[in-house]
Amino acid sequence: MIPELGHYALVLALVVALVQSVIPLWGAARRDAAMMEVGRTAAYCQFAALALAFGALTYAHVVSDFSVLNVVENSHTDKPMLYKVAGVWGNHEGSLVLWVFILALFGALVAAFGRNLPASLRARVLAVQGMIGVGFLWFMVATSNPFTRVDPAPLNGHDLNPLLQDPGLAFHPPFLYLGYVGFSLCFSFAAGALIEGRVDAAWARWVRPWALIAWSSLTLGIAMGSWWSYYTLGWGGWWFWDPVENASLMPWLAGTALLHSAIVVEKRDTLKSWTILLAIVTFTLSLMGTFLVRSGVLTSVHAFASDPARGVFILALLVVATGGSLLLYALRAPILKAGGLFAPISREGGLVLNNLLLSTACATVFLGTLYPLFMDAVGGGKISIGPPFFNATFVPLMVPVVAVMAMGPLLSWKRADLAGVLERLKIAALVGVLAALAALWLAGTKPVLAVLALGLAGWAVMGAVVDVADRIRLFRMPLADSLSRARHLPRGAWGTAIAHAGLGVAVAGMVGTSAWTTEAIQVLHIGQSVDVAGYSFRLDSVAEAPGPNYTARRAVLTVTRHGDFVATLAPEQRFYPVTRMTTTGAAIHTNFFSDLYAVVGEPAPDGTGYNTRFYRHPLVPWIWVGSILMMAGGLVSLSDRRLRVGVPLKRAVPRAAAAIPPAPAE
Amino acid sequence: MAALVLTATLLSGPLARAVQPDEMLPDPAMEARARAISKDLRCLVCQNQSIDDSDAPLARDLRLLLRERLVKGDSDAQAVAFLTDRYGDYVLLRPPVRPSTYLLWFGPFALLVVGGGILLWRGRHGTVGAEAVAPPLSAEEKAHLALLMDDKDEGKGRP
Repeated sequence: MIPELGHYALVLALVVALVQSVIPLWGAARRDAAMMEVGRTAAYCQFAALALAFGALTYAHVVSDFSVLNVVENSHTDKPMLYKVAGVWGNHEGSLVLWVFILALFGALVAAFGRNLPASLRARVLAVQGMIGVGFLWFMVATSNPFTRVDPAPLNGHDLNPLLQDPGLAFHPPFLYLGYVGFSLCFSFAAGALIEGRVDAAWARWVRPWALIAWSSLTLGIAMGSWWSYYTLGWGGWWFWDPVENASLMPWLAGTALLHSAIVVEKRDTLKSWTILLAIVTFTLSLMGTFLVRSGVLTSVHAFASDPARGVFILALLVVATGGSLLLYALRAPILKAGGLFAPISREGGLVLNNLLLSTACATVFLGTLYPLFMDAVGGGKISIGPPFFNATFVPLMVPVVAVMAMGPLLSWKRADLAGVLERLKIAALVGVLAALAALWLAGTKPVLAVLALGLAGWAVMGAVVDVADRIRLFRMPLADSLSRARHLPRGAWGTAIAHAGLGVAVAGMVGTSAWTTEAIQVLHIGQSVDVAGYSFRLDSVAEAPGPNYTARRAVLTVTRHGDFVATLAPEQRFYPVTRMTTTGAAIHTNFFSDLYAVVGEPAPDGTGYNTRFYRHPLVPWIWVGSILMMAGGLVSLSDRRLRVGVPLKRAVPRAAAAIPPAPAE
Repeated sequence: MAALVLTATLLSGPLARAVQPDEMLPDPAMEARARAISKDLRCLVCQNQSIDDSDAPLARDLRLLLRERLVKGDSDAQAVAFLTDRYGDYVLLRPPVRPSTYLLWFGPFALLVVGGGILLWRGRHGTVGAEAVAPPLSAEEKAHLALLMDDKDEGKGRP
């Protein structure tokens, strides 16, 4: 019964989404307040219906209702509860339910908190949001019903892919989708503004919180995915330039550019049509990410959806969404006219440069991801594009991004004094040099580029510190006054500094582990030890250990350094009998500056020892520390009181008096 | 990520995590060469994994084949050529630069130059962002905007 309710709710949501995408738009054109108001009601209804559908599917998974095909294929009674819940979105149909549920959630949030939006813009935004919902719900109802029943119901399920039974990957999709789908709102705002024919500072300010939520979530989602590959793939790789990873990186790059160019629209009322285009591109790339992963176009056999009907449907959806929005852009963008002039060396100039570099980087990833498909399609032969290509193209593009990032926030609007900014960044340059010297001292001269890159990371982190110190006039006025300034510094400024510092920290981590990893692969017998980068790893024992739905072979290792105890490591190999699959659980000991990483694998062919792999990954934890800082920066910025959606409402009374003179035009 | 997962699992069979001790060459220098080369070679049946990372049996075969060539005295380039002769350019994770891949290799650079050029040109002619003047706001909108913007702006008043 409950799955049928869920299915019914799904179809209901489709119908409501149809209403939501037509009536408010019509109402906005006719200036009919009642029709526009339908948008809000429909958004709430759609959210309620999809919450019901999502709840029904979750319930089926939680109680292991094996009369539902989706549960049979992805669950098992022995599976721990966490993964029963995570299993809801660990498959094609369920992940789409989550996708549309988050879409409806954002729609409902706009309906609830968008009361200060002009009614017509709100109606149009909700209508566009409804259209996206129609596309995805239709796709689900037509090709991917998560509530299909099986009769007779089997006694037990096939279990979830063991690699997905991991805390890192359990929450990776929801955050990724919060990001992808969050950018749908920026898209809807862009499309709404294009129909409306006006983009101004207020528009940018309304878009910013949604862009920040989406960006922060996407940052966390990507970081979780890379953390997962780091500890499960067995040797500490954290990024593979895999098309599926690239699919999430592209919206991130475009979204980062969007976040920055929206600031220019907000403060200086310019770069409007570019910002609109970025909003469209960002969401298009999110859709493409969904398409790449869901349609199976990348590898005909290995992706989730092997059904070509699904691929064609998503492709059609992608073409309609992209084509439609770009057509709208081509027709309406020319009427977006804007003011603010600025010199090339200025905050605007810096943000434009940031946009240029990030867009180029995004295009590089795009080419690198889709070029093999393109070559294949035009009969140009099969080629592969992997890490060496991206290292040669993407990485050099990121160098100026990080270099300029430290300067950007110190530049003033309109016309900036570059020499003065560099003068203020002296300390950052010094820290950069010290970081490079430290790398030289600890790791030697090779590779030279890594030493330089570490210097760059130091420059970026200190640049963010200088930015804050400068704003609060640290050491240039009494400390108490500085602290008071720090308290009153806008959260947006704090957010910028934290996120920029986070990127610098993450870069240091990426450089450290890419350049200076030490590795030892060998057969070890019980009691034997081996030295890795000054640490001694001794294999003490290997024993069977039962788990809830797997059996593990757990090794115990003792790590010492110059005879002193450092850590006990217990890597395991887990065997899942239902799916007959083995996963690796690496054991990691971190001291914040580096990770010791151990994997104990199969018994060696001679039958007496074990294949073992030990690593020391310098600075690697900083990748995720930096990512969390970036996300935190986004959230701090989101908490800026100027963005708090309710604020203008509370002042509705003085506003009605309309006695306040307009702010001086910026 | 999910596809990567499936690839890894579908192909793993009896688990062999990347390079195994029994595959490694006794000469550390030659082994290091083999590792460096195999990081840039694609495991043909995997999704964008190098043979150095891959668990697939085919990747193991290729690793052994590569080492065999090196032991026989091939230079790095000869060993790679041996594999591309048999498997085509598909085996290279760094696609060769030739007319059909010019767009791939030079596209981003061209985009940067063209984009930068347009910006510089427009900047020189004083038109960056100055397309025209926005339609004036109504008094009510101005008051509303003033409320929205009525805060200390971090960008303002900085030297």
